[in-house]
Amino acid sequence: MMNASILNIQNLCCGYPKFQLSGINFDIRKGSFAGIIGPNGSGKTTLFRAITGTLSLKSGKILLSDKNLKAFTLRERAQNIAIVSQFIEAGDMSVEDYVLMGRIPYHSRFNFFETDEDFEIARKYMEMTDTWRFKDQLMSELSGGEQQLAGIARALTQQPQLLLLDEPTSHLDITHQVHILNVLQQLNQEMGLSVLMVIHDLNLASEYCDRLILVNQGKIHTQGTPEEVLTFQNIEDVYQTVVVTQNNPLSGKPAVFLASRKVLKEIQERLSKL
Amino acid sequence: MQKKYLQWSFYLAGLLVLLIASVVLSLSVGEMNLGFMDIFSILRKGHDSMEYTILSQIRFPRVLLGIAVGGALSLSGILLQGVYRNPLVEPYTLGISGGASLGVAFAIVFGLHQLIGSFVLPVAGFAGSFLIIFLVYTISTRNGRVNIQTMLLTGVMISFIASSSMMLLMATTSSENLHGIIFWIMGSLDEPDLSLIYLTLILSFFSLIISYLFVQPLNALRLGEEKAKHLGINTDTAIKLLFLLASLLAGVSVAVAGVIGFVGLIIPHLMRILVGSDYRILLISSFLSGSIFLVLSDVIARTIISPNELPIGVITGIVGGIVFLLMMSRSSIRSLKTEG
Repeated sequence: MMNASILNIQNLCCGYPKFQLSGINFDIRKGSFAGIIGPNGSGKTTLFRAITGTLSLKSGKILLSDKNLKAFTLRERAQNIAIVSQFIEAGDMSVEDYVLMGRIPYHSRFNFFETDEDFEIARKYMEMTDTWRFKDQLMSELSGGEQQLAGIARALTQQPQLLLLDEPTSHLDITHQVHILNVLQQLNQEMGLSVLMVIHDLNLASEYCDRLILVNQGKIHTQGTPEEVLTFQNIEDVYQTVVVTQNNPLSGKPAVFLASRKVLKEIQERLSKL
Repeated sequence: MQKKYLQWSFYLAGLLVLLIASVVLSLSVGEMNLGFMDIFSILRKGHDSMEYTILSQIRFPRVLLGIAVGGALSLSGILLQGVYRNPLVEPYTLGISGGASLGVAFAIVFGLHQLIGSFVLPVAGFAGSFLIIFLVYTISTRNGRVNIQTMLLTGVMISFIASSSMMLLMATTSSENLHGIIFWIMGSLDEPDLSLIYLTLILSFFSLIISYLFVQPLNALRLGEEKAKHLGINTDTAIKLLFLLASLLAGVSVAVAGVIGFVGLIIPHLMRILVGSDYRILLISSFLSGSIFLVLSDVIARTIISPNELPIGVITGIVGGIVFLLMMSRSSIRSLKTEG
């Protein structure tokens, strides 16, 4: 079962009058932890919005577990795909109430009260994400990292097959970055949850994802394992920046190092003296 | 049972007790004061006493209309604030009152009420408000989707146009008509037509029930339109229907009772602070407290310069404004920041 497709995108074309994604093809297997990377304005977010259904497709199709996403109702979509946005604006509701909103896709219009089961499910995922201890606090009282964890708890409460995250770590310090990605990794490994995230940080992407999709100028530049995608040629080609890649001594995954202009100049001078 | 639900039942019970208390107060206070206890015996004894006539013909209809209009305006306000995710929106921001006033002014200036009958005024008010709603709605709908922000701006602008047009009518008409218009605008719960009162009451209760079918979209919309969609909510349909429901409520209220300001703004706001932001409790408590507020305001309007009567809009404006300022300077600063 691990090899079945969870998300299959075929010839996708979509976008805005001034920016288009085209010829997007990729396939994500059940139980994988995939990342979409690419420079600012490359189309990462547009692709993300197409998958979440916010943006309608011009052509091509998106299959969720081999079934066209168009055939799903909004409710069915929400039961299968949960989305964690970059910023969580939940204002003046308690953390528990916020997480319980993940049960909405399972409630009919006439369900006015959450069942004990709903509370159980919410509690389970809040404990898993270490947010149970905040349950009675207001969302606005939490820090950015804690809000992000509550967002993940809410998404898990939807009991989805696929978890989509939009730059879950971009405005956090390294403690919270690693904490959140570790939580996701644990969910991925223990529950077999498929994860797809847009992520800016190449080193985090390399460390945590088993599959990367590098997007550039509205097209897929390269896709594959971190080792295949994060070569210095690919990165210099897409980011127009000189980099050095080496393997992380602990994990063996590729790590990307930057070079400042001053250092590059010094190296050039040294080379010319030889 | 969850603690949350227990708390909600407590709020509901409290508001119901308050409502009953204000109804009893309103029935007993007036030009002729009746004791709280006497009310029941008067009602039991029946038809021929003067007290019975005062209660059944004058005070009771007013109380009913107060409950209906207060609840309707407040419910309309809370629905619009939910749709726009903006705590400063109220039914009148969108030009509903402007349209109704314009309709009524038009009817008075051209003597339609003398020509056809006094029921023309509420009809004209209702028609005016719906014309405005229709305009706001069509202007801000593109390709079958409503843009919420455009809608808000359009409403504010059309509201300006309507009120300026009304001033134009007022400036050019006779002073007798002018008096009629101003009197109507200031609002009153004095409605002679009993069937119109029942109709308003039924409509507002019915709308409250309908609004509960949208409690899920409203709750999800607290996270924003896009995120509500991600939770499986068809936001486009919900927003359109909620907007229409809120307009209907405000339109009917204005048509029957004139422009009674501030109920739709401060009551929902006050309730948000008191009971929280969950629409399951917020809708009913806004409705009930709107009713309470208007019934009590009417008591003040009737008694403060007795035997004369102040327009109820004056009371709600002054009392409401002061309460709102007090709230602003306290806890609401936080909720304004997070809600907006």
